[in-house]
Amino acid sequence: MAKKTKIRAKEKNGVVTVKSLMSHPMETGLRKNAKTGKKIPAHYIQEVTAKAGDKTVMEAYWGGAISKNPYLSFQYKGSKGDNLTISWIDNQGKSDTVTAKVK
Amino acid sequence: MKRRTLLKTSLAASLLASTGMLIPGRVMAAYPKTAFQNADATAALTEVFGSSDYAESGDIKIKAPEIAENGAVVPIQVTSSMSDIESISIILSNNPTPFAASFNLHGSIGFVSTRFKMAGTSDVLAIVKAGGKLHATKQEVKVTIGGCGG
Repeated sequence: MAKKTKIRAKEKNGVVTVKSLMSHPMETGLRKNAKTGKKIPAHYIQEVTAKAGDKTVMEAYWGGAISKNPYLSFQYKGSKGDNLTISWIDNQGKSDTVTAKVK
Repeated sequence: MKRRTLLKTSLAASLLASTGMLIPGRVMAAYPKTAFQNADATAALTEVFGSSDYAESGDIKIKAPEIAENGAVVPIQVTSSMSDIESISIILSNNPTPFAASFNLHGSIGFVSTRFKMAGTSDVLAIVKAGGKLHATKQEVKVTIGGCGG
């Protein structure tokens, strides 16, 4: 993995808006290599889990239809200083976990 | 003597059974792999929610471009002010596998935003599960250059 997942989380009136950018090729398994004509094997993030402290606030299940280097934004009821952890796992078993503080 | 062993083995067996019972299956359905591979949107929905019946709702808003020049990156945002939202799912009708994404929100705010790949002009169907029922709304996105296969 070249780059780590980026997280921005901001609280306003008790609502935390989370924006995150993951670094991932997100291959659908339908695309072909232009030179060899062979199909590029599927490689995409399947599950993204977001936790504020120990509490799961969001779980995303994704298919191959999410764009390359996925952007994900969501909101939850939280407060400043929450330890927000975002982790993902892809169909090849690779994973990444990043923690950020809510500002 | 025999009675003792019988007692022991039966005890062990019942213990095993009870511990087995104690470990509950994951309450939320695990990653619905086959739904993501299903070429039929209705079948994929039935697989995930147990039903494909949904009611049209004005309380779900899709924010997506009317015309997307590049189908590889189509930003789609779904918001809803419904209470008790369990999940938001997005279906892209014309994709090879229409079931694109599902978000379990654990009762938090109805807001998700992500970028999707779209094979071509298609309806974007946003399905919100709230209070055990499915609500949906759709919007068409015209795609100039497809973003799947190639």
